[in-house]
Amino acid sequence: MVEVTLWGALATTAGGNSKVEVEAKDIRELFRKLAEQYPGLEPWIDRGIAVAIDGTIYRDTWSKKLPPGAEIFLLPRLAGG
Amino acid sequence: MNFDPRYSNRNFASVGTRPIRPDGVDKVTGRARYGADFNMAGQLVGRVLRSPHAHAKIRKIDTSKAEALAGVKAVITAADLPDLTDGDAAMYDILDNCMARTKALYDGHAVAAVAAIDAHTARQALKLIVVDYEVLPHVTDVDEAMQHHAPLINDTIFTEGLEEKPAKPSNVTKRSQFGHGDVHQGFGHADFIVERSFKTEQTHQGYIEPHACVANVSSDGTADLWVCTQGHFVYRQHCAQLLGMEASKLRVTSSEIGGGFGGKTHVWAEPVALALSRKAGRPVKLVMTRDEVFRASGPTSATSIDVKIGARKDGTITAAEATLRYTSGPYAGTWAEIGAMTAFACYRLDNVKTVGFEVLVNRPKTAAYRAPSAPMAAFAVESTVDELAKELGMDPVEFRIKNAAQEGTRSSYGPVYGPIGIGPTLEAVKNHAHMKAPLKANQGRGMACGFWFNFGGQTCTDLNIGMDGSVSLAVGTVDVGGSRASLSLVAAEELGIAYEQVKAIVADTSSLGYNDMTDGSRGTFSSSMATISAARNAIKILRERAAQMWDISVDDVAWEQGHAVAKGEKHGNLGKLSLKEIAAQSGKTGGPIAGHSELVADGAGVSFATHICDVEVDPETGSTRVIRYTVVQDAGKAVHPTYVEGQYQGGAAQGIGWALNEEYIYGKDGRLQNAGFLDYRIPVCSDLPMIDTQILEIPNPNHPYGVRGVGETSIVPPLAAIANAVSNAAGVRMTHIPMSPPRILAAIEAEREG
Repeated sequence: MVEVTLWGALATTAGGNSKVEVEAKDIRELFRKLAEQYPGLEPWIDRGIAVAIDGTIYRDTWSKKLPPGAEIFLLPRLAGG
Repeated sequence: MNFDPRYSNRNFASVGTRPIRPDGVDKVTGRARYGADFNMAGQLVGRVLRSPHAHAKIRKIDTSKAEALAGVKAVITAADLPDLTDGDAAMYDILDNCMARTKALYDGHAVAAVAAIDAHTARQALKLIVVDYEVLPHVTDVDEAMQHHAPLINDTIFTEGLEEKPAKPSNVTKRSQFGHGDVHQGFGHADFIVERSFKTEQTHQGYIEPHACVANVSSDGTADLWVCTQGHFVYRQHCAQLLGMEASKLRVTSSEIGGGFGGKTHVWAEPVALALSRKAGRPVKLVMTRDEVFRASGPTSATSIDVKIGARKDGTITAAEATLRYTSGPYAGTWAEIGAMTAFACYRLDNVKTVGFEVLVNRPKTAAYRAPSAPMAAFAVESTVDELAKELGMDPVEFRIKNAAQEGTRSSYGPVYGPIGIGPTLEAVKNHAHMKAPLKANQGRGMACGFWFNFGGQTCTDLNIGMDGSVSLAVGTVDVGGSRASLSLVAAEELGIAYEQVKAIVADTSSLGYNDMTDGSRGTFSSSMATISAARNAIKILRERAAQMWDISVDDVAWEQGHAVAKGEKHGNLGKLSLKEIAAQSGKTGGPIAGHSELVADGAGVSFATHICDVEVDPETGSTRVIRYTVVQDAGKAVHPTYVEGQYQGGAAQGIGWALNEEYIYGKDGRLQNAGFLDYRIPVCSDLPMIDTQILEIPNPNHPYGVRGVGETSIVPPLAAIANAVSNAAGVRMTHIPMSPPRILAAIEAEREG
């Protein structure tokens, strides 16, 4: 079980919860479980969400493992110039 | 991905040196081919008809007279670009932006296009197209667009991110919020609170090369596109989707690029050129004029930002809060969200809250511009930080050092930082000779910090070793700032050969796997990771081939400084085999030798910079002159220090233009008044001092060499650093960017009059 922190706008689609607990071993499973638990999140996941694991931001590596006790933050997927 | 990207400390032979760039000779002799330099036999000239109205319903478009004109081979409207976006709202916006469907949403919005045998005929044809508009009320100002009575740009937009769905549509597409702690409580503990409001005007990336492409659609459905872009693979995906093509049937070749800075990450003219070519059955060349570039491509957000920061007498910040409103043009964007994430990223804060509002206006669709959204947020925050330091009677550098984020700090946007460089850049600035240099009358000094995320992304690279031992490196990230030189250095480093033995090219979309764009400061970060991986894969093969040549086990072969070396006492009498010797025998040992890599380069390290600026203000005219400028920035590891310095200087130069002169000026009719470089003034060489640079190297733990992106962060602090300098020189706080002479003069006079 990992604790996941959602940024403000995302929290409103997860029933107002800014922290949710999910049983997931990697980012792919995290997104799948989140979409199951909070269907309102699915369009956001489709549009792109980045995952910060202990401060390092992952945008595309969905196979990245979620170590037990790691700090996990969901963040908007950013544009760059 | 089997590649281990973790940083390991090492001594470099090639990386960190400063060889001449491989594309240099062609660029200085005029041989380099930019977007408009490509031509095909029988090509037509494409031209676009644009709306003169800021907001208008398109009742009808009559193209019959244009089609009947001799020499016109195709005329298209939105009807020729049917909606194939399958519910993808972002792609639909791109489609609508390329060619207005039911409404023209800004002055310059494309409504029709022609392809003709020459430019004269094409221009004549545009004049024969009759568009029946119903002009609608418009809004171009960010604050006005948020008012309840403002003209509604899209009545299907209901603000996202609110706890309850609003009952009425509005021009605010989204609210976002970041932060932690309790700002109300934090302000309660403050001895001093400073609260200010700021505005920044819309600017353009100002690339010297306008958008240009040649499209050639064959009757068998395959197509070629030669284009100036920051990401030819992304252009292929977008164009293929918008035109209903299979991506593999569209080959996109990127030209040299005369600047992009985020403005060439989006398609505008390219789907139009392809649609014209498809209809005409001939190649079509479409080159935007400068007027079109300003009116219809690029710009950054205009913003309105409120900042409040509180601190105790000892200089500890107790709370920080900001509300950020960013325009996104007439389509939904996420620009305020990024501003809200970056605003306070430099600081260690127990109580912080930022709220962003994305605002629709009748201006061109906002595009990324170098660390998009961060410079405006930094301007507002760093100006307020300076004001607070003054209230506290503290040195602005010491105040920032006291509150700077460090490893283990919870960032204002959420996660806890790993190793970061904000503290070291501030210490370097504190000790820099620039900070101690005397100032003359009417001169002021300012400094400011900046942050940018950086990111990586999908990357694919091929490394081929020729039979003569020379190495071809094919990358898929467009070279916007010298990355072919940097990546050649990386290949040389891994293989243990000379830089001159490596030739890097940017491959077309049919020759290499998919690559994300060169954006997010990812070019050298991502492609160097893929190049290291490809080189290591090639070394595996080189070792195998050497083992064959020696008839020993590959386990006994090591790779050292460009040579295969037989290990173990039993092989003691075997001499080394050079890469060249192994390559020469490749035909007899298994064929060509190559290394390939496809990976997702995640884990880009965040980046910080601190800038110092001296300006002189003429109190009679309000004109300014930047007399000294210094950039200090963390690069992780500078692969080619000259090009890292170039990125630092370029960001500062663009920031100086943004801070002092550049702005989109709209008339009451919603039309852009200054769509050209005469009236939209970017800095030229004579406006700029020599920009000094200092590279710091705090390794990124997620890159084998410690590389961080460097391209964008350098534009984040200048607006604030210059605003602080001008405010100190003029004796009045400047809160509106650009600080053009009339604005400075008005501020000085208002201050005099009290």
